[in-house]
Amino acid sequence: MQHAARLRLALLLSWPTLTLLGLVAIPALLLIRISIAPRDPSGMWSPGFTLHAYRALMEPELLGALLDSVEMAVVVAAISLGLGFPLTYLITRMRRGQQVVWLVFLLTTLSLSDVLIAFSWQVMLSKRIGLSNVFVALGLMDAPASLTPSSGAVIACLVYLVLPFTVLTLFPVLSRLKTDVIEAARTLGASPLRAFTSVVVPLTRGPAMIAFLMAAILTVGAYVPPLVLGRPQHWPMAVLIGSTALAGHDLPRASAMSIFLLGATILLAILTARVARGRRRA
Amino acid sequence: MTLGLEIQGVTKTYGSNIVVNNVSLRVPRGQFVCFLGPSGCGKTTLMRMIAGLETPTAGRILFNDKDITDTPVHRRNFAMVFQALALFPFLSVEDNIAYSLKLRNVGPADRRSRVRELLELIKLPDIGPRSIDQLSGGQRQRVAIARALAQEPRLFLLDEPLSALDAKLRDHMQVELRLLQQKLQITTILVTHDQREAMTIADTIVLMADGVVQQIGPPSEIYSKPANRFVAGFIGQSNLLEAVVAGRQHVRLGNSVIETNTLPTHLRDGDHVTLSIRPESLRVTRRNGDDIPDALLGRITFVRDVGGLIELRIESEGRELIGTTTPAEWDGIAVTETVAIRLPPDACMVLPN
Repeated sequence: MQHAARLRLALLLSWPTLTLLGLVAIPALLLIRISIAPRDPSGMWSPGFTLHAYRALMEPELLGALLDSVEMAVVVAAISLGLGFPLTYLITRMRRGQQVVWLVFLLTTLSLSDVLIAFSWQVMLSKRIGLSNVFVALGLMDAPASLTPSSGAVIACLVYLVLPFTVLTLFPVLSRLKTDVIEAARTLGASPLRAFTSVVVPLTRGPAMIAFLMAAILTVGAYVPPLVLGRPQHWPMAVLIGSTALAGHDLPRASAMSIFLLGATILLAILTARVARGRRRA
Repeated sequence: MTLGLEIQGVTKTYGSNIVVNNVSLRVPRGQFVCFLGPSGCGKTTLMRMIAGLETPTAGRILFNDKDITDTPVHRRNFAMVFQALALFPFLSVEDNIAYSLKLRNVGPADRRSRVRELLELIKLPDIGPRSIDQLSGGQRQRVAIARALAQEPRLFLLDEPLSALDAKLRDHMQVELRLLQQKLQITTILVTHDQREAMTIADTIVLMADGVVQQIGPPSEIYSKPANRFVAGFIGQSNLLEAVVAGRQHVRLGNSVIETNTLPTHLRDGDHVTLSIRPESLRVTRRNGDDIPDALLGRITFVRDVGGLIELRIESEGRELIGTTTPAEWDGIAVTETVAIRLPPDACMVLPN
């Protein structure tokens, strides 16, 4: 009886184990294996071992690109949290029917491919028919100009891409947030801002950190928007990995760069988690 | 100078819906006042306007003669205990209680001693370090009260905080709340739909219906001298009988003419009124053959002994009356027997329709 139960448990647990092995461990091991292989000019890799690809990582341009990637991820995640939090809060205070319309609308934007979105932003920011013409009409700019390529354009497009994820991550916790705890804080003497920082922030910190992290990770891996809208000297790691593998035909080096980026992302995740936990203790 | 709270002609509307309609009342310092009424009568909205959580559409709210209608919530120093308590789940019991002290920059040592004092006051001295989800319903109740009292509020507002407790605990908390209020001499307003609760603990009851104040007075007065039909029906049980004015001190009830107290002066002969009489005031006796002129005749339809009290239902000329009496006074009249029902003039309230 006990034996059968154990067997069932083992079978049940083998499913996530196999999934993780198949979808995460094997590709990761493959990546590591290729990263320590010698380069083959034909574009693939050859058997044998060398740390050549890792040595090449120490080049200043690559470190710069890594920093650019992380910086972009943090900026985009911060902006989407800053925009997404009040937006989600407002949606949760709407009537049920209106909430559904908003959520469906946000989900619909996810069905567009990022290639389409990046090129749409390029058109929107162009000189001839783009937003700058509106700014000129409003008196904010002297003459129409092309707003791409620029970091601002990349960030705007990425915020557009990750905002639905931010809203959907925050929606459950914010719709469960009772107004009476905020009102209680107010009657106890908290100003509206203080009530927000001392009650709403602790109650929503966990999901807010998850939303931040998700936006950051999605941004780190972004490929098309920086390629289409960014300056080549500011191309982040993801774009450089792509060009190293596809144009440079150097798979080992691209793999080493990927592992480097993966390490940086994991570090970012650990730091975020620590920030979330550290503040809770205080 | 009037010390305490004063509400002057306060109205609150949402769209075309009038939730609180031109309410004026006064809560003198140190009093315990209950806002009582059925759900949707506007009592909670009125309390939220006092707290500053809603803005009146019209009217003024004054405290110690100072207009506070537009004072923001956090500057009023009115504490409020919410129906769902609204404790902060991410803080321990002592941090919940110390929340308002922290906002007022009270030092850590003073904070600790004040928290200890409050925990003693609510008779739970050892639960300070616990988290909120480790507490029972009654304990949470008390912690919410302690948290509200920590800031030494000028006015203590309670929005049906006892409604979630079981009957026994609720009775217990009612008494404790009253003792606490008397000990601290704090001006208190309690919102409730439970008339028993209001009768037990209030100095003054403000009875509301449909956004309008129906009557303000001490519990005994509201019970014995209801201002209108709604009050008579809402507070305790009442026999409400259709009657017609017949002279300065009499009304006609079907075929009988009943003596009452002096009628309100604006009533004229032939006006339709409601005669209200409490069940315990009915005098029910066996009919002895000769008719008693000012008594109603009826037939007992139901008798029930609920221990210490006997409840009767009597049918009289198509009306159903409810009566109560004590076993000592009851001479065992059986169901279907015909009885004479006398209505003592002092107990008959005539209410305008």
